[in-house]
Amino acid sequence: MKNKITGRVYVLGDDIDTDQIIPAVHLVYSLDDPNERKKYGEFALSGVPPAQAGLPAGNIPFIKKDQAVSQFSIIIAAKNFGCGSSREHAPAALQIAGVKAVIAPSYARIFYRNAVDGGFLIPAESQESLTGYFDTGDIVELDLANKKVHNRRSGQTFAIKDLGQVAGIIEAGGIFAYARKTGMLQEAADV
Amino acid sequence: MPMTITEKILAAHAGRKQVTPGENIWIDTDVLMTHDVCGPPTIAIFKQQFGEKARVFDAQKVVIIPDHYIFTADQHARRNIDILRAFADEQNLPHYYDVGGERYKGVCHVALAEEGWTRPGEVLFGTDSHTCTAGAFGQFATGIGNTDAAFILGTGKLWVKVPETMRFIIDGKIPPYIMAKDIILQIIGDIGVDGASYRTMEFFGSAIEAMTMEERMTLCNMVIEAGSKNGIVAADKKTETFILARTNAPYTIYRNDIDARFHSRRTYKAEELLPMVAKPHSPDNKASARELQGEKVTRAYIGSCTGGKLSDFVAAAEILHGQQVAIDTFIVPATTEVDRNLRATKINGRNLVQIFEDAGVQIGKPSCAACLGGPADTFGRTHDDEICISTTNRNFPGRMGSKNSQVYLASPYTVAASALTGKITDPREFLV
Ligand code: SF4
Repeated sequence: MKNKITGRVYVLGDDIDTDQIIPAVHLVYSLDDPNERKKYGEFALSGVPPAQAGLPAGNIPFIKKDQAVSQFSIIIAAKNFGCGSSREHAPAALQIAGVKAVIAPSYARIFYRNAVDGGFLIPAESQESLTGYFDTGDIVELDLANKKVHNRRSGQTFAIKDLGQVAGIIEAGGIFAYARKTGMLQEAADV
Repeated sequence: MPMTITEKILAAHAGRKQVTPGENIWIDTDVLMTHDVCGPPTIAIFKQQFGEKARVFDAQKVVIIPDHYIFTADQHARRNIDILRAFADEQNLPHYYDVGGERYKGVCHVALAEEGWTRPGEVLFGTDSHTCTAGAFGQFATGIGNTDAAFILGTGKLWVKVPETMRFIIDGKIPPYIMAKDIILQIIGDIGVDGASYRTMEFFGSAIEAMTMEERMTLCNMVIEAGSKNGIVAADKKTETFILARTNAPYTIYRNDIDARFHSRRTYKAEELLPMVAKPHSPDNKASARELQGEKVTRAYIGSCTGGKLSDFVAAAEILHGQQVAIDTFIVPATTEVDRNLRATKINGRNLVQIFEDAGVQIGKPSCAACLGGPADTFGRTHDDEICISTTNRNFPGRMGSKNSQVYLASPYTVAASALTGKITDPREFLV
């Protein structure tokens, strides 16, 4: 796990559900075929209604046309990020699009688990919703070791919560790495 | 220390006497379910992590039910079914419900119950968020992602955080125009789409005891719409009768200890409940059908794991019988068993299929169909700015296909009544 992540932020509102993160029609693509996999980047966050895409202004596409990687590597959202379906394609799509971390005051449980156990991205929890303090495009420094997030434009710094009991899994990079590290799983013979 | 039903199931599966909400524990899996959308990526992770020659932890405990993208020409969707079939073959999985033959079932959560996989006291993990439906049977059932499912495929185990239990007490006699869907929409509207995050929602009270198993399934199906980890209804005689008719596998009935600790309690009087609707674009955006009376809708949809069971169609038929729908109306039985029962169930000498056809309704083949949009050729999918009133469980932007469409969620009674008028309609208008 990288302790410091710096990048351009994309700001979203409350209850961003998994159909907005990756609309169901795209779930037919293979996640392990290198070419098809790119589709998930291309369509990441394509279900967000335009007015709510990239706050506060809105109408800012997360991905530029015909690209698979976004210029935004950090997402700041309001409450209950990732609600809805259990599709792991959601955190995977964000990872494929280049997202390293999401910062939100709360997550839907399955999205949070998937992000952690699959090692897709870091779901950092802020103390309160930070959406009002960041504009889409601001450069943000997320400092996990010191539990804070800094907005270079405004100079403001905000606290984030301790990762708690899942810190071990996040540090290992996912549930498989964690289980191997702790001796729960032996190395598979022919991997 | 006293425990709740959920705590007891988790403790038993962790080999412990006691668990406490908030702690992370590793538990054993009784049933792992996957389907055509999440099965293929789960299988890919399983092979990557455990090796090409790896065997699943227990072929008897893996249940694969393709249901999402079945009746489509989409090549990628069809490839997913091929991957499932090949895996079931390679691993000798006896519980694969293949597409295109006698074994085909349809929507996994309804099929799991029909096939006896929803046993009290057991642990069911599924790669689908509505796996929580099976809580209706006193089972610990919850949705997980592909990586977690792959981990279980190899080891039979998964870590869970023990949830606190929120208690919802519904007492009294449920009025004839109220369905479980109205109750759960009321509750989600009251506590919000994250009102039960990380927790268990337990349903209890005389109204719950009087409910059919199918209605209890509707309640538990939508706990995920409040963010809940699982829903639970204590198993009783009805549960046992249902289960014993479908499996002879053993099960265990757990009850809350008298002084079990709950996160909170909320009480509803059944007599005071109203036909409810969730407005676009969130399941907690509640209003009563009466408040919205007269708002225009352009199509109606009755189907899915929450609103596509036999009792849902019986309710719809009570209203549609001898009438004509005013708007495009789509019906999708959840499973092949429901489909057969539509033909076997009669009202005034006409079977349900005849009643629906007489009313001008279109009937699709058993599957998830337009509940989650799906490929462009999916039956009942929205393509433009349709305003759909639906018995499904989610109305997020774009959920039924088009980003420009809007979805209202309601009970089969309310959806059928609205289909007749083309406007949101309180079903009491048609139920005498
Ligand atoms: S019917 Fe709808 S909610 Fe139920 S499993 Fe299928 S897609 Fe999901």
